[in-house]
Amino acid sequence: MTSLTDLTLAHARDLLLAKDISATELTEAHVEAVEKARALNAFVAETPDKALAMAKAADGRLANGTAGPLEGIPLGIKDLYATEGVHTQAASHILDGFKPRYESTVTSQLWRDGAVMLGKLNMDEFAMGSSNETSFYGPVASPWLPPEWTREKGRSALAGDKQGLLVPGGSSGGSASAVAARLCLGATASDTGGSIRQPAAFTGTVGIKPTYGRCSRWGMVAFASSLDQAGPIARSVRDCAILMRSMAGYDPKDTTSVDVAVPDYEAAIGASVRGKRIGIPKEYRIDGMPAEIEELWTKGIAWLRDAGAEIVEISLPHTRYALPAYYIVAPAEASSNLARYDGVRYGLRVPGKDIASMYENTRAAGFGKEVRRRVMIGTYVLSAGYYDAYYVRAQQIRTLIKRDFETVFADGIDAILTPATPSAAFGIGEKTSADPIEMYLNDVFTVTVNMAGLPGIAVPGGLSPKGLPLALQLIGKPFEEETLFSLGEVIEQAAGRIKLPEPWWA
Amino acid sequence: MSVDHATVRRIAHLARIAVTDDEVPHLAGELNALLSFVAELDQVDVAGIEPMTSVIPMKMHMRADVVTDQAGADAIVANAPVREEHFFVVPKVVE
Repeated sequence: MTSLTDLTLAHARDLLLAKDISATELTEAHVEAVEKARALNAFVAETPDKALAMAKAADGRLANGTAGPLEGIPLGIKDLYATEGVHTQAASHILDGFKPRYESTVTSQLWRDGAVMLGKLNMDEFAMGSSNETSFYGPVASPWLPPEWTREKGRSALAGDKQGLLVPGGSSGGSASAVAARLCLGATASDTGGSIRQPAAFTGTVGIKPTYGRCSRWGMVAFASSLDQAGPIARSVRDCAILMRSMAGYDPKDTTSVDVAVPDYEAAIGASVRGKRIGIPKEYRIDGMPAEIEELWTKGIAWLRDAGAEIVEISLPHTRYALPAYYIVAPAEASSNLARYDGVRYGLRVPGKDIASMYENTRAAGFGKEVRRRVMIGTYVLSAGYYDAYYVRAQQIRTLIKRDFETVFADGIDAILTPATPSAAFGIGEKTSADPIEMYLNDVFTVTVNMAGLPGIAVPGGLSPKGLPLALQLIGKPFEEETLFSLGEVIEQAAGRIKLPEPWWA
Repeated sequence: MSVDHATVRRIAHLARIAVTDDEVPHLAGELNALLSFVAELDQVDVAGIEPMTSVIPMKMHMRADVVTDQAGADAIVANAPVREEHFFVVPKVVE
């Protein structure tokens, strides 16, 4: 039998239900894996005692026949989900010591269904980043070694400043790294511009950003409220489908959560995709796209065609404006959302000569460089005289971007296939000193999906010539996540499951 | 539209983020780089286009006008960096 940490979530669930393994032994194996992988820096807080207590309770329910759909499944939780009495800081210094007195809706639904919490996962500060390097807790290393590195070289870099090791992507870098390193069977993540799909792509895992409104945002630390959406990262399409069923659902506490019944997403796995019309947007063929990404995309098209789908060239003419418009809308909303961190109600306080200087000193010390930059740009585009020129125009362009998608869906397109990222993972430190816009370009294929509120899934499509994971993205119609699971599994089967790296870090 | 040093200071103050004199030129450079990155949006014809307000059309649910949060004052002030009994303490704001 494979090691307990190598199981997929679906397989572990089946073994638990068959009583071939216990939730306690499954949790113990993961607690040990988390401890041994501390050098990756994927977790910012470990909760082993809580995990073992939850596992014991799960074993009780498995024994008496009252098991939930996730009974005994050990998960990692991104640090921006409020977890009662447990570290919740969105990896920011400004939330020092914050332990909420309430539980986010998404995590409470996971615990309702029997899941076990291993701890809180590292991330870019307030989810602002694409490499997990903006975290107050330092960067997360990917379990994938850079090409041609020996494990000894990897271990010595891990013990030092981690420079040169690969980033796991971001902002959900801790989630992706932990899932790829088999520290948990799945993880919660969140996606404002690509923060689930890009880290999944970089680590050979699967991640889905559902339709805006599918999951409640209540109890999630807000970045850009009109774009933020919760979703899972796991090691297979099926595992993501299982997690989605528990995470999704209407919540009266979030006025933007949508009252639509949650389907059994897992039932969509294996459904025929024959006759599905797959759009290939020509605007995603960007200048300077690496040959390996072109080849991946071509392979993805062939896999879906072989499965009986019809491939259709489409046009989404406003694609190129999505990223610049995002860098107005997201910072604007962030500047408003982050106004609450004032040194009064929670977290850090740095004294000042009066109340205004206390606010200013607290926020200067508590926010990292990237967060300060985005709050300032957001403040600027919302300030008197610039609001119409920047913010209103960006929201008008957002309408045009959404209209592009509505047009192709009305023409009979069922889903859209694109690459998930413009490249494979890069090195820690490689893009931090440069122009911030270079980092922002990571989200060029994913950000349109957030701007239009659509669901998008990243699925591994194979390895680059240098041996690093690459992924394809499927974009669906609102609330048609099931189509994405069906198509995603076709890609997963055709590409073959990626062999994740052996634990050189332990 | 280019951001000068005075504008950086004004924006920082509006955002309630203290900036040192050394940081101002660098911040101005970064803000200008971002503004030139978004400048291509000026090419788009947006005449008569509604700005987006809700990405997924949805009906707002009305809820009963009742107290639902029973957390209580202890829980509300529990995370405050400085508190006295059930009050948040801030520097003096009136003379």
